[in-house]
Amino acid sequence: MSTIFLISLAVMALALCLTFIRLFRGPSLPDRVVAMELFSSILVGIIGVVAIATDVALLLDVAIVVALMGFMATIGFARFLERGGPRDD
Amino acid sequence: MTEWLVAGLVLVGAVFMCLAALGVLRLPDLLTRMHATTKAATLGISLVMLGVAIHFAEEAVVARAFGIILFIMMTAPVAAHIIGRAGYFVGARLWDGTVKDELKPHYDPLSHRLDSGLESERCDKVDERDRDA
Repeated sequence: MSTIFLISLAVMALALCLTFIRLFRGPSLPDRVVAMELFSSILVGIIGVVAIATDVALLLDVAIVVALMGFMATIGFARFLERGGPRDD
Repeated sequence: MTEWLVAGLVLVGAVFMCLAALGVLRLPDLLTRMHATTKAATLGISLVMLGVAIHFAEEAVVARAFGIILFIMMTAPVAAHIIGRAGYFVGARLWDGTVKDELKPHYDPLSHRLDSGLESERCDKVDERDRDA
């Protein structure tokens, strides 16, 4: 059983790496914001898997906070972009 | 039995998240990338949280897990809409193979105004009235 959790953690880590490549390379700022949002989503999934694997239910609160922060950061970046961010990055 | 169900849900959720990451890396422009992240990542989180709810099977934990699912399902479309709008206004380049951009004739990038189709009809009527007068 723990093998399957390890495999899914590895798959999610691979997903984090792929997202990070886009975050690093992304040609414009909106691309980077999208990658950052996906980053926080994958982080929520990783926290869920760790909560199952270690039997600590309290970790779900952390997942809620991470999801909230990701959403807030996206909204903040969108406002920043609309109010005269870099026009052609 | 339950353990295998949880393991399967977690594994499928992880694979969907990996697909979302693959899409964000490989797809050609901002809007298609967003299309990959919002749907696949939402499904992945939902499956993992379903696994958490089945694994713990206590009221408080199940409520939190479903709260996370509900929150993600409510915020992901809003965030995608807002960042897509901002990206279009900033001038993110569309993919070369884009067939139709319906916003283009209605949006003026200099004055940052977006008109609906009805306004031009009204303007035409005003023009006709001016011409008649």
